[in-house]
Amino acid sequence: MTTPKSDFLHSLWDFFCSLKLTMFLLISLAVISIIGTVIPQGIPPQEYLAQISMAKINLYKALGFFDMYHSWWFILLLYLLTVNLVACSIKRLPHIWKIITLPVTILDDGLERSLTNVATIRNPADASIVKEQVVAFLKTNFAEPLVTEVDGVWHLFAQKTPWCRLSVYFVHLSVIIIFIGAMVGSLFGFKGMVNILEGESVSKVMLRSEKELDLGFSLRLEQFTLAKYANGSPKEFKSILTVLENGKPVPDYTNARVIVNDPLTYKGITFYQSSYGNAGNYYFSVSDLDGKNPVSLTVPGQSSLNLPDGSSLHVIEATDDISPYARGLSGPAVQVEIHAPNGKTESLVVYANHPELNIQHAQKHGMGPVIHYKGAQKRMYTGLQVAKDPGVEIVWAGCLLMVIGIYAAFFMSHRRVWVRIQDGNITVGGNASKNQGAFRQTFESLVDNLKSGLTKEKP
Amino acid sequence: MTSSLLFNITTFAYLVSMLLFFVFLTSRTKLLGTVAIAVAYGGLLSQTAAIALRWKESYDMGVGHAPLSNLYESVVFFSWTIVLIYALLDIKYKYRVIGAFVMPFALLGMAWAQLGLNTGIEPLVPALQSNWLLYHVITCFLGYAAFAVACGISIMYLIKAGGEESADKPAGDGLLSMFPPIRVLDDLNYRAIMVGFPLLTLGIITGAAWANYAWGTYWSWDPKETWSLIVWFVYAAFLHARITKGWVGKRAAWLSIIGFAATIFCYLGVNLFLSGLHSYGGGK
Repeated sequence: MTTPKSDFLHSLWDFFCSLKLTMFLLISLAVISIIGTVIPQGIPPQEYLAQISMAKINLYKALGFFDMYHSWWFILLLYLLTVNLVACSIKRLPHIWKIITLPVTILDDGLERSLTNVATIRNPADASIVKEQVVAFLKTNFAEPLVTEVDGVWHLFAQKTPWCRLSVYFVHLSVIIIFIGAMVGSLFGFKGMVNILEGESVSKVMLRSEKELDLGFSLRLEQFTLAKYANGSPKEFKSILTVLENGKPVPDYTNARVIVNDPLTYKGITFYQSSYGNAGNYYFSVSDLDGKNPVSLTVPGQSSLNLPDGSSLHVIEATDDISPYARGLSGPAVQVEIHAPNGKTESLVVYANHPELNIQHAQKHGMGPVIHYKGAQKRMYTGLQVAKDPGVEIVWAGCLLMVIGIYAAFFMSHRRVWVRIQDGNITVGGNASKNQGAFRQTFESLVDNLKSGLTKEKP
Repeated sequence: MTSSLLFNITTFAYLVSMLLFFVFLTSRTKLLGTVAIAVAYGGLLSQTAAIALRWKESYDMGVGHAPLSNLYESVVFFSWTIVLIYALLDIKYKYRVIGAFVMPFALLGMAWAQLGLNTGIEPLVPALQSNWLLYHVITCFLGYAAFAVACGISIMYLIKAGGEESADKPAGDGLLSMFPPIRVLDDLNYRAIMVGFPLLTLGIITGAAWANYAWGTYWSWDPKETWSLIVWFVYAAFLHARITKGWVGKRAAWLSIIGFAATIFCYLGVNLFLSGLHSYGGGK
């Protein structure tokens, strides 16, 4: 039966059943995963691309390094790991299954020799009476035994948690369930983003795949507020949202509050507080160092303004009161970024109440011009993550199975006890699938208790 | 009594305990080992009280939250979990001398936190305002601590195994005679990882559950997430190594040390060198 074909299949099977492959895959996955933590994933930021050479960029692109966790070679490794753990499980499962479903119930000489825990108690009383006593003892002190009689010899077999031998396979199964959940999520779910201006509503969101998705209902932002602690660090980002069906507010979803760590779910679609900003205008005045030639500038909150010298200016962050961030200062201030035509980027803080600081900054950087901040028009918008993931329940089921499986695999043990009653001798044997040291103690105290129990009951 | 004073007492106790363990190792005076562990227990008690007090102090300041919110607090908590796991191991297996290789980790954490980090109690930023913070941080750090203890044991294993190879004489005297037999060290290494691995798994799962609850994505290949998975892979490899021929003993010890190095990178390296979601509010 050794045709070349079956030979090949055999060695392929052996290859996938090998634990060496498991070791190789786990270590490879660990090492390869590092790449994506060093190279930015998704759309790499401009600053990063400016740092590395064009040749490198092209190489990384060709190798899929900018989206490595979805690259064919990373997915292939995950598939190989899956095949490997399925194959290993299939290979070992029948043997384990046999141990569980067809236990050896008779303590013969061969089994006795193979056990490390064996003890003999001398008891000349009638075998059938002793048998009853031992059965009762095991029932209360260990587990209910199975009784077999072979040629006038009594064999008792009792076991605890045989199923825990399967726990490793449950862990393996849980990995596959998690993968299935992830696939269901990517096939039937979506992830997107939407920005809503105060007072406005949207019915479409932009997906990560850059497609637009119609929600089937509308979402209106009533208000966005930002609360801060006394030290200026953010305390709460809050969007008040109303769901609209055919333009009418849905009662239970009117003025619903969404904050970070407390999303809103409607019709299986969940909205998460993610970002915010001011879409209103920022006002600046630009002049020469001596204050001559003042020009008013209006910078839209969501885009940048091109300056006459070819550079562009945009607002990073604004505050109505700078005092928590800078001691001794007060009033409105903005942090702006200026991109010069030569590719240089400058970030600076511009104040409304401290023109002297604005002049100082301009002096430090040559001749000016000086930028002064004149305040902002408030028009807040909220940025929401939008997600629907029907696979997430499957993933949690997998996680639960994994935790239970790992616990059982490490901390539970299949313990078996055999007893043979023959010629006035009670022979006890025991075996545990794990943690032999602890079982030895259990076994010894079990035998001691049995011994003293039998002596007590003697008439 | 302030939490800051108690933290200083703790740091001092861990220093004294570590030094006593070193002297115990060279002098082989049993009493010293007992005193060393008693001092470590004292430090653990004082640290427990300090953490509880800091928790209360944050409420007194009106920004009440569990003291697990920034780098300082996490390093202090890490140090606490290391001594806790070591104490549990000592109660169960009574191999005192392991303290000489575990207490340095706890001391290093406390010394760095007390001397080098911003100790102020800060209000909780919106991203951390969730009960998941507690479950996630506690499971992760108990796991990390078990790996720290396993790493200490693995270093002992390699020293002892190396010493037995080079010296022909049986290890009757010298430092190494104080070490548990290498068979025991190998077993303890496995047992520590057996505690750490399920906790790390729980830590990753609670992190994923939190991410899903807060952002709608349970996994986004953020550097922190990826590194936690790398650590998980390394210890999964360690566990499978034990049933693979040729991977026991020294190689398993090395795998445990590499695993802890990856753990430390996951915990600190990602924050210091890479960008991502876990800034600990300390990246200002």
